Amino acid sequence: MKVLVTVKRVIDYNVRVRIKADGSGVDLGNVKMAMNPFDEIAVEEAVRLREAGIATEVVAVSCGVLACQDTLRTALALGADRAILIQTDVDLQPLAVAKLLQAVALKEVPQLVILGKQAIDDDANQTGQMLAALLAWPQATFASTLRVADGKLQATREIDGGQETLEVALPAVVTADLRLNEPRYATLPNIMKAKKKPLEVSTPAELGVDVTPRLTTLKVVEPLKRQAVVMVADVAELVAHIAHIPQVATLRNEPRGN
Amino acid sequence: MAILILAEHDDGGLKSETLNVVTAAGKIGGEIHVLVAGSACSAAARAACQIAGVVKVLLADATHYAGQGAENTAALMHSLASAYTHILAPASSHGKDVLPRLAALLDVAQISDIVAVASPDTFVRPIYAGNALATVQSADAIKLVTVRVSAFEAAEQGRSAAVEPTSIACGPDLGLSRRIGREMSQSTRPELGAAKVVIAGGRGLASAENFHNLLEPLADKLGAAIGASRAAIDAGFVANDCQIGQTGKIVAPQLFIAIGISGAIQHVAGMRESKVIVAINKDPDAPIFQVADFGLVGDLFKLVPELTAAL
Ligand SMILES: Cc1cc2nc3c(=O)[nH]c(=O)nc-3n(C[C@H](O)[C@H](O)[C@H](O)COP(=O)(O)OP(=O)(O)OC[C@H]3O[C@@H](n4cnc5c(N)ncnc54)[C@H](O)[C@@H]3O)c2cc1C
Ligand SMILES: Nc1ncnc2c1ncn2[C@@H]1O[C@H](COP(=O)(O)O)[C@@H](O)[C@H]1O
Repeated sequence: MKVLVTVKRVIDYNVRVRIKADGSGVDLGNVKMAMNPFDEIAVEEAVRLREAGIATEVVAVSCGVLACQDTLRTALALGADRAILIQTDVDLQPLAVAKLLQAVALKEVPQLVILGKQAIDDDANQTGQMLAALLAWPQATFASTLRVADGKLQATREIDGGQETLEVALPAVVTADLRLNEPRYATLPNIMKAKKKPLEVSTPAELGVDVTPRLTTLKVVEPLKRQAVVMVADVAELVAHIAHIPQVATLRNEPRGN
Repeated sequence: MAILILAEHDDGGLKSETLNVVTAAGKIGGEIHVLVAGSACSAAARAACQIAGVVKVLLADATHYAGQGAENTAALMHSLASAYTHILAPASSHGKDVLPRLAALLDVAQISDIVAVASPDTFVRPIYAGNALATVQSADAIKLVTVRVSAFEAAEQGRSAAVEPTSIACGPDLGLSRRIGREMSQSTRPELGAAKVVIAGGRGLASAENFHNLLEPLADKLGAAIGASRAAIDAGFVANDCQIGQTGKIVAPQLFIAIGISGAIQHVAGMRESKVIVAINKDPDAPIFQVADFGLVGDLFKLVPELTAAL
């Protein structure tokens, strides 16, 4: 079975973002970029499926500017077999990415597509669900465990207040949550080997996909700053400061004892 | 203009998230309808009828909506969508599962996790773990929006039922997905998202035992919900659904007490809108003190029992 795995190039999660002075967006100039952390988890899961003999081939896909090749090389170093870049300078929104991935899926005919649950730049959490809809496939989002057997997939999903397990028929779309696995690091020999693995480049036009943005960003601003912290010396001082909060006040007005 | 809200419910009852979404819908303006799709869910639908501002409650009750799977729910909503200018859901794990799927079926964008309504087609949403706020405008005929619950007040509930649920034709069972298990955390504490006080613990607690022994007495006193950092959860101190942050729950209680949490941006993303933030940490340079209102530097093993006793 072939597994498609998606990797987005985003600002490294350790970098503190700067907002452009004109409020048009976030400044990406000279900023360290990296693979979206959830996509590292997606790649790891796909590679483990191949190592377990369940998957036969892992194909990594990225959509965006030419530099996404670096992200794809990382995916290859982590164990993907080949890579596809859908190259464009257009600012891609989740629906456009989902349409590009749909076009790739129709060509590649994978049995499973694993995406990250969320890109840490737009925090959209949409692309996998959209792709599943476009393909009319089942979706197992926010997955924390996966089991593939007999043409079926079982996934445990992290949901509000607990977890649930779904069984879906393949082909299917999965989005990876944080606890699906712990991604490995790329070793130097594997980074060298990755340079020789095939990386194919295509474009939205070649795939016949219109990627025109649907949403216009009018402005981007910093959130309101909080007031400066008051450092207190001890618990008594702390309690004095928070005594006015209703839930604390009720406690303090009640007679002590028991 | 008419707005459809996907209700958050567990068949037997309505979840409070729905109330906050009604308030967001009120800011857009227009007739507000609520969809309750589930199995044996008429009680939830009757509860939705009690929300002030709701004009109509649509009830889709069928066994294939048990578990409220995204595939069948999105297909049902697809058949209803043309009557609406806006479709809203809470940015809960359920809303986030269904609405993007519906958006793709309708060939429209989806706007995630809004914290403000600027106008009927323009919304404010956090990006980059809440380090930036983007104002985005949609040109689509139907706006699909998930709502950050903590950013909107709850609508009033308890008005005498002025409306009755309207049963609607159910959509097909696509048979794509089957739920084979569900384990919900059992807790007598308030839900994280709705709690007035949240006590959150981090790696500094050092063990599951400490986490519970130190934080529970404090939470008991304050009637608080218990949350955690990712590090505390990865270390197995507490269940996954307690995670607060960019990729966990977003909370904005009256009082948030961060104990043994360093304050990574991914964590802060989930709690920075809290009214009053207290941080207890032994490291005076911990970034948590940059978002806290009150900071106490010291050993949590000594300070937390002291605080519990002093309240
Ligand atoms: C893609 C991605 C998503 C993420 N999403 C989230 C998320 O949603 N939520 C989240 O929380 N994290 C998230 N993280 C992880 C985040 O980056 C941090 O690693 C995590 O929040 C750290 O948890 P912590 O503060 O408990 O641990 P640490 O950073 O290890 O901090 C422990 C703190 O405890 C203090 N301490 C230790 N002992 C004591 C003592 N005896 N008394 C007092 N203080 C003490 C230390 O000084 C330290 O500041 C995410 C990371 C990534 C990459
Ligand atoms: N431009 C892109 N290229 C490749 N994968 C992407 C891209 N955008 C989003 N994805 C995938 O979709 C997931 C969810 O992204 P989002 O819906 O934007 O939060 C990411 O974790 C990626 O796996």
